[in-house]
Amino acid sequence: MTEAQEGAQATVLRLDGITKRFGQVLANDSVSLALKRGEVVALLGENGAGKTTLMHILFGHYAADAGRIEVFGEALPPGNPRAALDAGVGMVHQHFTLAENLSVLDNILLGTRPLWAPGLGRAAARARVVQLARDFGLAVVPEHRVGNLSVGEKQRVEILKALYRDARILILDEPTAVLTPQETEDLFATLRKMVAKGLSVVFISHKLHEVLAISNRVVVLRHGRLVGEVETARTDRAQLAGMMVGAEVRAPERRDSAPGVALLTLAAVSTADRGSAPGLKGADLELRAGQIVGLAGVSGNGQGALASLLAGLEAPIAGEMRLAGAAPRRWSPRAAMRAGIARIPEDRHATGTIADFTLTENAILESYARAPFSRRGWMDWRAARDFAARLIARYDVRCPGPETRIRLLSGGNMQKLILGRALEGAPRVILANQPVRGLDIGAIAFVHGQLLEARARGAAILLISEDLDEVMALSDVIHVIYEGRLSPVFARAEKSAAELGEWMAGGGFADGAHAA
Amino acid sequence: MAEILDILLSASFWAAVIRIASPLIFATMGELICERAGVLNLGIEGIMVAGAFAGWMAVYSGLGLWTGVAVAMGAGMLFGLLHGTLTVPFGLSQHVVGLGITLLATAVAYFAYRLALPRVTTPPRIEAFQPLPVPYLSDLPIVGPALFTQTPLTYLAFALVGVVSLVLYRTPLGLAVRAAGENPAAVESQGLSVTAIRMGAVMVGSGLMAVGGAFLTMSAFNSFFFEMVNGRGWICIALVVFGAWMPGKALLGAVLFGIFDAFQIRLQQTALGADIPYQVFLMLPFLLSILALVVMSRRAAVPAALMTPYSKGER
Repeated sequence: MTEAQEGAQATVLRLDGITKRFGQVLANDSVSLALKRGEVVALLGENGAGKTTLMHILFGHYAADAGRIEVFGEALPPGNPRAALDAGVGMVHQHFTLAENLSVLDNILLGTRPLWAPGLGRAAARARVVQLARDFGLAVVPEHRVGNLSVGEKQRVEILKALYRDARILILDEPTAVLTPQETEDLFATLRKMVAKGLSVVFISHKLHEVLAISNRVVVLRHGRLVGEVETARTDRAQLAGMMVGAEVRAPERRDSAPGVALLTLAAVSTADRGSAPGLKGADLELRAGQIVGLAGVSGNGQGALASLLAGLEAPIAGEMRLAGAAPRRWSPRAAMRAGIARIPEDRHATGTIADFTLTENAILESYARAPFSRRGWMDWRAARDFAARLIARYDVRCPGPETRIRLLSGGNMQKLILGRALEGAPRVILANQPVRGLDIGAIAFVHGQLLEARARGAAILLISEDLDEVMALSDVIHVIYEGRLSPVFARAEKSAAELGEWMAGGGFADGAHAA
Repeated sequence: MAEILDILLSASFWAAVIRIASPLIFATMGELICERAGVLNLGIEGIMVAGAFAGWMAVYSGLGLWTGVAVAMGAGMLFGLLHGTLTVPFGLSQHVVGLGITLLATAVAYFAYRLALPRVTTPPRIEAFQPLPVPYLSDLPIVGPALFTQTPLTYLAFALVGVVSLVLYRTPLGLAVRAAGENPAAVESQGLSVTAIRMGAVMVGSGLMAVGGAFLTMSAFNSFFFEMVNGRGWICIALVVFGAWMPGKALLGAVLFGIFDAFQIRLQQTALGADIPYQVFLMLPFLLSILALVVMSRRAAVPAALMTPYSKGER
């Protein structure tokens, strides 16, 4: 770098050859990165690419195994958040680090005064917080209890925490993952104000359009290595996506196929309401072999009830459910599994896996009591391990091995294991509830490809998604769900996105033709 | 009925209430500090025994009363150090460590007692704290003898509640303690050490528990004997829940328990006591406490990270 360039834009942060291992996983492999004053650098990469690890090293949550960090020209001691804070680095974590029992103001104040100071100086601090909130467009009420705030508000508190400590460099880890589109716009406005005041921002994301919208420069990580660095103005989605996953991404191919026999039918089925979540109201549905039925709808409109019904967690209170033509006698999760219904649950952390179990144990969660994993009441762990190893190989689960605790895996790899567990037994019916939520491009393409393969094999698939594009891209036929009611069945491409959107908002249901 | 009214209106009854509540207040404040920082300290029962012995032994061997209190506090803090080391940096199960500390501290106290006084059958008495009437206030009817003719340790117990409240809610230190019990990640990301805060809280808390124990030997019974703590530590665990982890409410709980206990003692001496076995009366305060606990702790806000060990950099 020449002296002239240096004067024009000072480098505020320099990471040099950062390397970090977790056991056998190389999370960061000699990553180097520089950030200039008043610049937004996007750190782009798939889940598990090492973005968060890199930033945790910068902030001092982890110490790097090798490498060096310089902030404003001074070396930063490793593994010490306090030093990072004092050097002017602030971090907004993906999982908020807020104490819910404290007020907004107290959360911001935490750790800002010497512990032995006689008082908190709340009045002066409050004035400063209010001023900062006004300057950067971060609407918060200092007295509110953090536990009662929305996710968007909590994020604003996190940003204020950093600003209150005079952060000059702000790291945002997947800040938009939890925000509505409007909140995302507000966040971007705040970031622009910060940059205008000379702050620098590292924006971690795997969403291409956001990266293109907010950053000056994009740095791409893949498998812990820095694979590319481009000016945002000189790149586009396709190039970034290519760098991120290592090859040009293409949508999985979808061949037309003739639907087969009905494997599962619902006739005027209703289920009980669960608190604020509506049950089904007289739903008619048919899942046929070799067909993907897409279920579009705004979240909380009875998708959960339908998924629970198919998974055996709930029984109809009215109407009739038939499996391959016969009504099941007793309906339970076990009966559903026996009937060949495979489930990809909506929340892979809460209901899909047990975090502290190994991959092997998670792989046989549904089948542990059957041969070959269990014989005469004794577990056969060798068979279980072999099975897990097979899933890992066939479904491209990136992990140190079958004995790894599953909590150490990224969301995408966790989902691949769940997918493998569900698909391995060649199920006749597949319930895929939000199968790609929170996944990156590569993993999404993989999951979709596997669902299409199952369809080609003759499985009947119910795809529940809040992403209308996903539903329209994969489905053979589409239903819209609204307040527990199902729309009539629409053929693929029969309705435009706008028309389906109207159904999702309740239009079309008003005619009463499908009312309960 | 008239008898019950007589009991409730007598100054000696209320003086007993306060006397019974005092050791509970010390130990409850200690437990509350530990739990607010995220550590359940089940060592409380044993630490109270150790404190009762240490304070008493110090005075018996010729040290001053206040030095005795300090010795008890120090003994408690040592057990706190052990508890904290095992549960905070090593992250061991707080239940197991706590019960272990209770067994250890109790056994160590009894053992030391036998070593020091191998041939004694009746425990020797010490010159304990004497009631210190507060000028003017102690002359008030009922309230005077009940509240203001107590020993200095009782006054200290009540003052402690105010101090704990002030520190918890009005100082950076208290803020850090409360945050450590709610979300340790918040503490770390603000540049503070979760380990240091939790260790400190457990040590100070354990020290206060020991002073609670010392109250029994130095301000109530004036000598040390086996089984004297008699489950008071466990009561304090419940009082923290009863008080919803708030010092003021916990104080209320301690006084309430004192009322139940003092009341049953006096009830035994009435006509009722002739007909009903005394064990029923002994049960009374515990039954009423459970009832009060059920009613009061319905919506208590448990520190979210209570009993969750924190290890830096864990995913």
